[in-house]
Amino acid sequence: MKFHTLRSGVAVIVAMFATACSTATLRGTGDLGIVIERASGSVQVVETSTRARLARIEGLGDLSHASAVFSRDARYAYVFGRDGGLTQIDLLEARIVRRIVQAGNAIGGAISQDGRLIAVSNYQPGGVKVFDAMTLEPVADIPAVYGRDGKRSKVVGLVDAPGQRFVFSLYDAGAIWIADLRDRKQPVITKYNDIGKQPYDGTVSPDGRYYIAGLFGEDGLALLDLWRPELGVKRVLQGYGRGEAPLPVYKMPHLDYWAEAGGMAYVPAVGRHEVLAIDTRSWKEHARIAVAGQPVFVVARPDGRQLWVNFALPHNDTVQVIDVASGQIVQTLKPGKAVLHMEFTPRGENLWLSVRDDDRVEVYDTENFSKLASLPAEKPSGIFLTPRAHRIGQ
Amino acid sequence: MKHSRGGQSAPPFTGGLMSRVSGLINWTLLVGLAALCWPSTGMADISPDRERALRHLLVQDCGSCHGMTLQGGLGPALTRTALAGKPAIMLREVILHGRPGTPMPPWNTFMSEAEADWLVQLLLNGASP
Repeated sequence: MKFHTLRSGVAVIVAMFATACSTATLRGTGDLGIVIERASGSVQVVETSTRARLARIEGLGDLSHASAVFSRDARYAYVFGRDGGLTQIDLLEARIVRRIVQAGNAIGGAISQDGRLIAVSNYQPGGVKVFDAMTLEPVADIPAVYGRDGKRSKVVGLVDAPGQRFVFSLYDAGAIWIADLRDRKQPVITKYNDIGKQPYDGTVSPDGRYYIAGLFGEDGLALLDLWRPELGVKRVLQGYGRGEAPLPVYKMPHLDYWAEAGGMAYVPAVGRHEVLAIDTRSWKEHARIAVAGQPVFVVARPDGRQLWVNFALPHNDTVQVIDVASGQIVQTLKPGKAVLHMEFTPRGENLWLSVRDDDRVEVYDTENFSKLASLPAEKPSGIFLTPRAHRIGQ
Repeated sequence: MKHSRGGQSAPPFTGGLMSRVSGLINWTLLVGLAALCWPSTGMADISPDRERALRHLLVQDCGSCHGMTLQGGLGPALTRTALAGKPAIMLREVILHGRPGTPMPPWNTFMSEAEADWLVQLLLNGASP
């Protein structure tokens, strides 16, 4: 239902709508989002303008590693569950529109450039499945088969890229694949092998040009220029550990949204208490910033002035803020036990974060770091706000 | 220079021994050795608080790789069926010392040997989150 149709003043429709979502007031979705409640298979619909919870939706299955993308009209969220569940949620009516279980074990997904396709990356069976965004009918199945004996790899780091492409990494195969779905009936797959050991996640630059896969099995990152895919994947920041043995990793780092500021891309160092700054022109290491623990997420405020970092066990009670201009840590927060995810409001004046073990979502002022709100949530993990609908790679 | 991540100290069964002896012989050897040095005291006393903390760790933190319902993720499934036939001592060693070459880290700074044994029994009996 498109909202402008309501303007025709058809009383019946207005009445139906009022019943369905308990308010007859027309509203947009630009300040809405969802909070994943990982242990109860539910999501909250939240509003950033009033810092309020609007609704809770249940029945989404195992959300222990859930993420979400938004339709381009920013009305619907597509939630990817651990159990292979793909659930389309209507933010305005606060209900499940469609739900399928498309695999045994999944890790995340992406929405295509034109908003018509949803791709899901699966661990079991390893591969990518593509669905029609409106109907969730299957469109394409891309098994991540590698090697001579036809094994299937777990797929990670799935993102959308311009040209109706999806880019993803094969954890077990050490490969990056591009799936071109301009012809949705016949996806064209380009494969890059030997990109590095155990890619654990991937992200694409905000302009859709560069795809980076973080490597768990070695010190380095794999870089693919999507403007020049024929040049292949090159290794960057090789040996950033300088020969020192890495620390054990109690939570995998994530490359959620490309953190770029001042011509530098910032990524978590694996097994080290460092954030790495990469010069995005030379792709050489520019700096490394010592932080309180092993970074999980490094997220840039939309204006690029600050980086917010959370950490793996045993430092997962801490969040640090790096001032990009000075390269210094300007704030260390202790929001509570198990800070799992952070998300900025559209223009970055606030940051929302989830504190899993304290069953809270908190909102911080990013200028003075004061806590503005604390909202109850059951074992909250991912926080996803609708501005993602209009960003490449989200 | 490449490093395997996830463990500083290698458990005996993934070290050089594994490369020289076939898997089967190695397992037999291992279980034999295990029988010799396995504590016969059964479960040590673990307070209800610690049990709760360990269950929480299992579901929430182990769960980030193995799935909150332990059906697997980046790491393998830890359900009763998936673990059937795996020697308890091997599981304990993996929990305490990790598996080099994989993301499985050593958890010995988070729990004692007795607590690892308790977790292993919980898993082998089918932990319900």
